[in-house]
Amino acid sequence: MIDGALLFEQLFNGLQLGLLLFLLAAGLTLVFGIMDMMNLAHGSLYMMGAYVAAQVTLWTGSFILGVAVSLPVILLLGVILEASVLRPLYARGHLDQVLATFGMILFFNEFVRLVWGPDGIEVPLPAFLKGNVVLFDIPLPNYRLVVIGVGLLVALLIYLLVTRTRTGMLIRAGASNREMVQALGIDINRVFTLVFGIGAALAALAGALAGPILAVTIGMGEHILIQVLVVIVIGGIGSIRGAFVGAMLIGIMDILGRSFLDTFFKLFLPDNAAETAAPAVASMLIYILMAGVLFFRPQGLFPAKTG
Amino acid sequence: MGNRIQTIIVALVFIGLAFVPLLAEATDTPFYLDLARRLMILSIGALSLNLIMGYGGLISFGHAAYIGIGAYTVGICAEHELVSGFIQWPLAILVSGLFAVVFGAISLRTRGVYFIMITLALAQMMYFLGVSLDRYGGDDGLPLIERSYFNDLIDISDDLTLYYVIFLSLALCLLFSQRLVNSRFGMVIQGARSNEGRMKAIGFPTFRYQLTAFVIAGMMAGFAGALLANHTDFINPDMMHWTRSGDLIIMVLLGGMGSLAGPVIGALVFLLLEELLSGITEYWQLIFGPFLVLAVLFARGGLLGFFSEKERENG
Repeated sequence: MIDGALLFEQLFNGLQLGLLLFLLAAGLTLVFGIMDMMNLAHGSLYMMGAYVAAQVTLWTGSFILGVAVSLPVILLLGVILEASVLRPLYARGHLDQVLATFGMILFFNEFVRLVWGPDGIEVPLPAFLKGNVVLFDIPLPNYRLVVIGVGLLVALLIYLLVTRTRTGMLIRAGASNREMVQALGIDINRVFTLVFGIGAALAALAGALAGPILAVTIGMGEHILIQVLVVIVIGGIGSIRGAFVGAMLIGIMDILGRSFLDTFFKLFLPDNAAETAAPAVASMLIYILMAGVLFFRPQGLFPAKTG
Repeated sequence: MGNRIQTIIVALVFIGLAFVPLLAEATDTPFYLDLARRLMILSIGALSLNLIMGYGGLISFGHAAYIGIGAYTVGICAEHELVSGFIQWPLAILVSGLFAVVFGAISLRTRGVYFIMITLALAQMMYFLGVSLDRYGGDDGLPLIERSYFNDLIDISDDLTLYYVIFLSLALCLLFSQRLVNSRFGMVIQGARSNEGRMKAIGFPTFRYQLTAFVIAGMMAGFAGALLANHTDFINPDMMHWTRSGDLIIMVLLGGMGSLAGPVIGALVFLLLEELLSGITEYWQLIFGPFLVLAVLFARGGLLGFFSEKERENG
């Protein structure tokens, strides 16, 4: 039967994965939404963020310093990429955008292999974040609590930025109808550079935070990018709220599926069939969820586009 | 004018391909035989993608999945001692067609960025499915113990025979594409690319046409997968990895989208670039990545685009 403590622990892990996904999805959904731009290189920014943070942590021994250096470096990298490669692409078709950002992924993956080697980096947990908090006899790792705390805080800040400020108003207006905003005399490109920079910094934050939990490796970017795309499709392109709901759904579904699907299948399947089917279905679960959502709502749960 | 040059280039490529085995034997470099076989199989894959992407305007970022499905169908059949190619190959085409029906029905409900992301996600789902299929090799892949068996008709366990079977397959697929694109069906597909609303307004159920094209493309890719399984004698999830789908898109674009034989040229250029660059440095993608970016920014219309009068449509 399902163990309550394990369920709680896995819900906790799902929440943490969901928040990590949200950090990536928040920036990317706006890029897609405002500029109608297909950017595959977002995962590369995440990977670069993770590597820069890991490297600085190893040099200085301070994880905080690693995160603090990684954020502005990747923000700068993002703004440079936006201004040099991506800006000429806005007016192009999606295919050109796919191709160019695909080329960027190849470049960054190879660059990382050249500089840091093919094996990936182990980032030690910072000493002051080791240990657990025990809640109802369930040990919750401090580090994961911090990731959840930071994730929630950032989500709140983004929410306030998007819903309570003038800039946020422009961002929302840009996501729902870019031409109209331009017609009203707003330089949407400047808003967009800002959005892209923030998105890059958030990706770096996600990468830096993921370092001590997941492995810092080549290809980490694409692996998570595809999950993020699923999040964005489910939430609706251009919607921050959709990104949040989608990220939570995907994070929790993915973790729970991997932990409990075999128990669930054993209720109505013979044991060995359940053990074969469970991992296969668990790896497909989030995509099946995506297909299901699209079937009923082709524009996602919270569509932002109006015209 | 442009079409003539295209035809001549393609004819030259085919003549070249026909003589590769002789050349490989004369110079004792079986490597070229291998490379040319891979080139032709990838060409079939790129041809099939071109049907929906070039002519239909539907940017599928998950086309490698169907190649993988075709390859796995052959591999799984062989694993269960069903080695007859007369069953394996049609089954590979059928199974990939079935997947294409389901995936196409889901993704064709959307357009633009959504369509790209959904085809990508569904293909990646197949990749993870392949990784988690422990019974059929999982992450490590599945060796094909015996190539498809065609009774007394033909023996493809011989490398040279397999070469000419693939050669013939490519020629047939090219011929089929040409007939399809110029048929009434092909015209509807191209019409829907230019202006879908207008096609609907004059009474064409575009969804049904596009889904059919999607399925045909999936089946052709599945066929390429059946060939690929026999070519490598080994099937692994990497065949379905999303970067493989990206490679196919690059091939179609390098050759010029929506030109009939462009994908063959594109596949040729892609493989030659790969060989050339990886000869210069182990880190060849460090050059290839920026090359792609620059190609997109400055050289539009693909390689054959230079020779073709037809401007590439964007979007």
